[in-house]
Amino acid sequence: MELHSIKDLLADHPVFKDFDEETLDLLAGCGRNEHFAKGSLIYKEGDEADKVYIIRRGDVAIEIAAPGRPAIVVETLNQGDVAGWSWLVPPYRSSADARAVTEVSAVSLDANCVRGKCDDHPALGYQIFKTWLPHLTKRVRAQRLQLLDLYGAG
Amino acid sequence: MDAANAQDPMVPHRYRVAEVWEELDDVTTMSLLPVDGPPRPFKAGQFNMLYAYGVGEAAISISGDPAVPERLIHTTRNVGRVSAALTRLRAGDMLGVRGPFGSDWPVEDQKGRHMLFVAGGLGLAPLRGAVCQALANRLEYEEVSLLFGARSPDDLLYRSQVAEWGAFSGANVEVTVDMAARGWTGHVGVVTTRLERILGTSDPANVSVFICGPEIMMRFTAQDLTELGVPASRIWVSMERNMKCALGFCGHCQWGPDFVCKDGPVFRYDQIGKRLAIREI
Repeated sequence: MELHSIKDLLADHPVFKDFDEETLDLLAGCGRNEHFAKGSLIYKEGDEADKVYIIRRGDVAIEIAAPGRPAIVVETLNQGDVAGWSWLVPPYRSSADARAVTEVSAVSLDANCVRGKCDDHPALGYQIFKTWLPHLTKRVRAQRLQLLDLYGAG
Repeated sequence: MDAANAQDPMVPHRYRVAEVWEELDDVTTMSLLPVDGPPRPFKAGQFNMLYAYGVGEAAISISGDPAVPERLIHTTRNVGRVSAALTRLRAGDMLGVRGPFGSDWPVEDQKGRHMLFVAGGLGLAPLRGAVCQALANRLEYEEVSLLFGARSPDDLLYRSQVAEWGAFSGANVEVTVDMAARGWTGHVGVVTTRLERILGTSDPANVSVFICGPEIMMRFTAQDLTELGVPASRIWVSMERNMKCALGFCGHCQWGPDFVCKDGPVFRYDQIGKRLAIREI
């Protein structure tokens, strides 16, 4: 029952919209439906990046903690985004905090499980690469613009 | 002022500062009243040359509502000698005004469409009149949206008016900042990350967009909008160059085949888009 519903939730998400049934079945086996209350921490910088969150509803702030001052929000993720990339890259540690700005519903995918399935089914790994890379590219491009501090002088 | 001088576009008209609002640390807005005659009508998107006596002139966009020409509104950031003098002016002080000059936002022509304004930082100032115009005729547009990006929550221009547009005037308002402290519940990210969301379910072919902000922001925003299906001929940008005479004589603001003061500052993207990518100009 749970597998079926996770698969449906994934199929509804823009990142997975082009995945076929078989691939969704593979991924759904690694998934769990999760809810986070407004203000709660989803993951913390330095934590083991053991999950990736497929945001179904709500807003997530990506924060960098700074000593002696409030944490700085550097990016907001919303419905249709994916929170957490560190699970893909050794040493698999989160590089920022993620906090629920509103109530958040997400499907979390167990990183070990997904990596294991990618090893067993290289086609799955390639499909994840092909469909997720454009999302990551968009975010990197946006953050480059942010770095320019465009509005400071304009 | 004699009649001949009154017609000469190089002769400034005397105006008196009626009110001053401190918008941000280095940004002030002032309303001006004419001393020499009736208010001069203007269109949203045009600019005036403001003359701080004894210091010099600077091109400053008009940020008031064209429906209320008797209140000439200018918002200025202190970035140089002239603008510093302008931001020091207080109620009762005098200054010279030449204008209005330049092309305007074609707000009226977009009726029936989703009218999207994209502003970055102080870029909201030249758009404000056009937003007022669209909201005054809200029902004649499919939708009126404002996507406004700023450096931080403390750098949001016209904060109360933007909130009012969202709450009471029928505008779909999205505000995003580049950086914020925890506690900010709005969005963090550049304006391009919000384009899909603000377009919503509108048919991109029926969307018109006016963009004003730093040139890099306008370039990327226009590119992304065309990728989302908005026709390049329905996107307008407001350019900024070093304007001196404001009449197309001196050549200071030449940009390719155009003078920004005379042929702009508002340009249609399909006519100038390629030029935005030319680094040498």
